[in-house]
Amino acid sequence: MLLIRCPYCEEERPELEFRNAGEAHIARSANMAGESDDDFEKFFFIRSNPKGIIYERWRHMHGCARFFNAVRDTVTDKFVMTYKAGEPKPSKLPGVAK
Amino acid sequence: MSGAFRIPGAGRFSQAKTARFSFDGRSYAGIEGDTLASALLANGVHLVGRSFKYHRPRGILSAGAEEPNALVEIKRDAARKTPNVRATVQELYDGLDGQSQNRWPSLSFDLGAVSDIASPLLSAGFYYKTFMWPKAAWKRLYEPKIRAAAGLGVSPDQPDPDHYSSRYAHCDVLVLGGGAAGIAAALAAAETGVRVILADEQAEFGGSLRFESGAKIDGQDGFAWAQAAVAKLAAMDNVRVLSRTTAFGYYAQNFVGLVERVSEHLRTPGHDLARERLWQVRAKRVVLASGAIERHMVFADNDRPGIMLAGAARTYLNHYGVAVGRNVGVYTANDSAYAAAIDLKKAGVNVAAIVDLRENPTGPVIDEARALGIEINFGRAVLRAGGKLRVSSMTVQPKNGGGERTIAVDAILMSAGWTPSVHLFSQSRGKVAFNDETKRFVPGTYAQDCVSVGACNGTDGLSATVDEAYAAGAKAAKDAGAKTAKGNKPKVDASESWSRGMLGAAPGAGPDTTVKAFVDFQNDVTAKDIRQAVHEGMRSIEHVKRFTTNGMATDQGKTSNMHGLAIAAETLGKPIPEVGLTTFRAPYTPVTFGAIVSHARGPLFDPTRRTAIHPWAEAQGAVFEDVGQWKRAWYFPKAGEDMHAAVDRECVAVRKTAGLFDASTLGKIEVVGPDAAKFMELLYTNPWEKLEPGRCRYGIMLREDGFIYDDGVVGRLAPDRFHVTTTTGGAPRVMNHMEDYLQTEFPHLNVWLTSITEQWAVIAVQGPKSRDIIAPLVEGIDMSDEALPHMSVREGKICGVPTRLFRMSFTGERGFEVNVPADYGQAVWEALWAEGQKHGAAAYGTEAMHVLRAEKGYIIVGQDTDGTVTPNDAGLDWAVGKKKTDFVGIRGLTRPDLVAKGRKQLVGLKTRDPKVVLEEGAQIVEDPKQAIPMKMIGHVSSSYWSENCGRSIALALVAGGRDRMGETLYVPMPNGVIEVEVTGMVFFDETGGRLNG
Ligand SMILES: [Zn+2]
Repeated sequence: MLLIRCPYCEEERPELEFRNAGEAHIARSANMAGESDDDFEKFFFIRSNPKGIIYERWRHMHGCARFFNAVRDTVTDKFVMTYKAGEPKPSKLPGVAK
Repeated sequence: MSGAFRIPGAGRFSQAKTARFSFDGRSYAGIEGDTLASALLANGVHLVGRSFKYHRPRGILSAGAEEPNALVEIKRDAARKTPNVRATVQELYDGLDGQSQNRWPSLSFDLGAVSDIASPLLSAGFYYKTFMWPKAAWKRLYEPKIRAAAGLGVSPDQPDPDHYSSRYAHCDVLVLGGGAAGIAAALAAAETGVRVILADEQAEFGGSLRFESGAKIDGQDGFAWAQAAVAKLAAMDNVRVLSRTTAFGYYAQNFVGLVERVSEHLRTPGHDLARERLWQVRAKRVVLASGAIERHMVFADNDRPGIMLAGAARTYLNHYGVAVGRNVGVYTANDSAYAAAIDLKKAGVNVAAIVDLRENPTGPVIDEARALGIEINFGRAVLRAGGKLRVSSMTVQPKNGGGERTIAVDAILMSAGWTPSVHLFSQSRGKVAFNDETKRFVPGTYAQDCVSVGACNGTDGLSATVDEAYAAGAKAAKDAGAKTAKGNKPKVDASESWSRGMLGAAPGAGPDTTVKAFVDFQNDVTAKDIRQAVHEGMRSIEHVKRFTTNGMATDQGKTSNMHGLAIAAETLGKPIPEVGLTTFRAPYTPVTFGAIVSHARGPLFDPTRRTAIHPWAEAQGAVFEDVGQWKRAWYFPKAGEDMHAAVDRECVAVRKTAGLFDASTLGKIEVVGPDAAKFMELLYTNPWEKLEPGRCRYGIMLREDGFIYDDGVVGRLAPDRFHVTTTTGGAPRVMNHMEDYLQTEFPHLNVWLTSITEQWAVIAVQGPKSRDIIAPLVEGIDMSDEALPHMSVREGKICGVPTRLFRMSFTGERGFEVNVPADYGQAVWEALWAEGQKHGAAAYGTEAMHVLRAEKGYIIVGQDTDGTVTPNDAGLDWAVGKKKTDFVGIRGLTRPDLVAKGRKQLVGLKTRDPKVVLEEGAQIVEDPKQAIPMKMIGHVSSSYWSENCGRSIALALVAGGRDRMGETLYVPMPNGVIEVEVTGMVFFDETGGRLNG
């Protein structure tokens, strides 16, 4: 069971309290109705599924109930960092070579 | 007397009480402290089972968790029958009842052993090859045969009456393994004051100190030192000592699963004791001290009962006081077996000969064996073992060929060397490294905050082990935050040391032979099978493993993996590290379902949710159905009524007078804040800004892909307050969906979401008399049609308690939904019920609710929709705000496939024969005479007998359904084809006049 640090509670808590919510940084268009088929396809259906670093959303379901973002390595399952929803994608990751 | 092979004065339980037990119906005496294996050996019993594939007679190989052969059934009573228990682990108690497995009719005469003679047919990969063809035979012939033949034990056929418990624990340093290394590490860590857990799978701590007669620590015998050290640890407040506890899985971030066998060793486990306890431990640092496992020699017929690991024989002697034979042979490729021979010889057992593959080894143990007069043969191999139900001889030959000589023995002690137990390290995702000099895999790169010490780290010798472990324990404590260390490192005064050995098949079982030299005893894999796998094209060790099943039994190849790998590498002509080691997976040893499930079974499997009105319904004799975690009243049968009669009566009563229905399980969410209406606009397809406070609207929620996600009636209580209802099953996911958008996509909106499902009990009162029933109890709400029209909501009081009174209908009748604080739910229900009795009202359950709504063509999300249905498909286009510029799903709705012609649309179906009720889920076709497979154009989503309509009614999703009104379609069923007519979805009161009736 993973330990996940909730950036709102500022505490590491067991995975049982959390729920994964899919890939992060996929912004919903401000002009949703006007999106092209291709853009909608990218927005709704296409996910990166990387081997390595993934940016993903989690919800502290049985804690503060907040959604937040996390950087995780899909190979080692290790969390690199977590940060609050709305914050930009971190440009530098602690302990990860470019 | 506790067995003819018990040696007076030997072992550690000489003062222990006698324990009587039976094995295969025969009574024996053992002593308390024995395992079933040591007790059987004390009675001269070696034959304990039949092998998995060939049904060969098998004995006891080991004295620990690695045992592949001695798997037995332990029976306390009919429900407490545990198959596949390792006799080497099962502690003896008075009255223990053990049975051998995988034999018929008896252990010594097993008809299944014919497969040993037919073994050429059962060689490596036989599962894959033999049963490839013909396909039909697999189902009828092969599979049942294999299932019957492959029986390792029989599961009990009654529910497990015992209870299991589960604990979470946190510590600074978790030490896994309680031999010299683990104890030294635990001492070092514990002395700093940090929280320590020390666990060992055995009943007693000590590990290999159980048999190493030459060990002395702090001036004491090694085993005595271990007991004293563990007693000291157990007395410390910061230490938890767990014996009989196996660490079976090492998971992410130092999360380790352990199973403690709490009462399996007791004669009469008390009811207050769990059978097993699952420990889920999160440790800052883990010290792995899991030791090493001895390997057997791979030679012809090395599986005869009486042939065992040298270290095991030594354990039986030094710990249990049992001689494994009277005239033993030794076959070895390293020094450790000499110590076994010396100990046995000193205890009065004749050692017929030591056969050592090595040319001219030297060392103190060899000198000592020679001094004791034991015959030693260097550079020789045991070609084969004689005997059938028990080994009777070993045939020896110089390893480079020459004359054979057969030596009579009643046991053979063998040792090919020791394999470090890197299982837990490997499970932690650490990478092992091959040491070419010592020919063993040892921990290489670590992936977690753990450290390996002692034999599992490839450290040889007690002194080096204790040094390493003590330092590692102190460092682990420091890394976990310890400030100071005080205490003394244990001093090793005398120790034994050995290393090396050999991997793979011994001479006589080489590539040019066809003998049965077993590598994996539990899965009956021979050296020949592994070579054959390579010859048949398997190149990776993972393929060899699956093709031969080497290492795939419940022992996970603890004794066989390295031999198998070496033989594969030799056959491939590659060095061992290039062929690679197979992956170690949890569990280390089998874990019972009981331990994993713990309390979560029966009524505690899943929480049960009951409404405030549940006790009343129960008292009325309601039949309940499960809806998610909820118990819902399904129907209320009167005396003599079946479900059909009860539902018909309830449905008629609602339309004739009135019905009361407990709708409390409906999901309810309060959407509050200055931007509440804006938020509702974005989350639902409907327009909300202009909905006046006090009015309600039926809302549809989509996902971004345009498909219906949920629906429900929403009341606007105030400009900034909406009372939203959801489907019963959909409440949690709708709340999650709303929170997701509010927190991440629309965080600029000032809105608060609160789940109020459990706060409000909901009583639906539906029918022409509904207002008459409610009105006398209501204060402060004008109940007239003008003041409280259909689809409106008012706040006021009912029976003196606050209510949110909705005028709404899920039946098509004049109707109300009375929301009251849950604590008053039953009282208000009873008051309404009393009023209802004056008008002949009935209580109705979920089945009548379903029929009544279907009569009106009201959909149920999740029944009439399946996640691929749009509002248009469901005939609900009117609920989508055409002028809206954004809502979740707005873009999805215009996707090409969602606006294409011929989509499945929700329609009504009437069977030609009104008495025939369709089956929900039944498929619909245009032409019943077409060839099979027919083209299916839709399916029945809802279907009921409607007493109010006097006929059956159904809803169905049919391709292009709304263009097929009046068309005849067909529903092919096993008993014939049913003819149906496509109709509108409303079967009762098409004009809707009854909403105000
Ligand atoms: Zn939190």
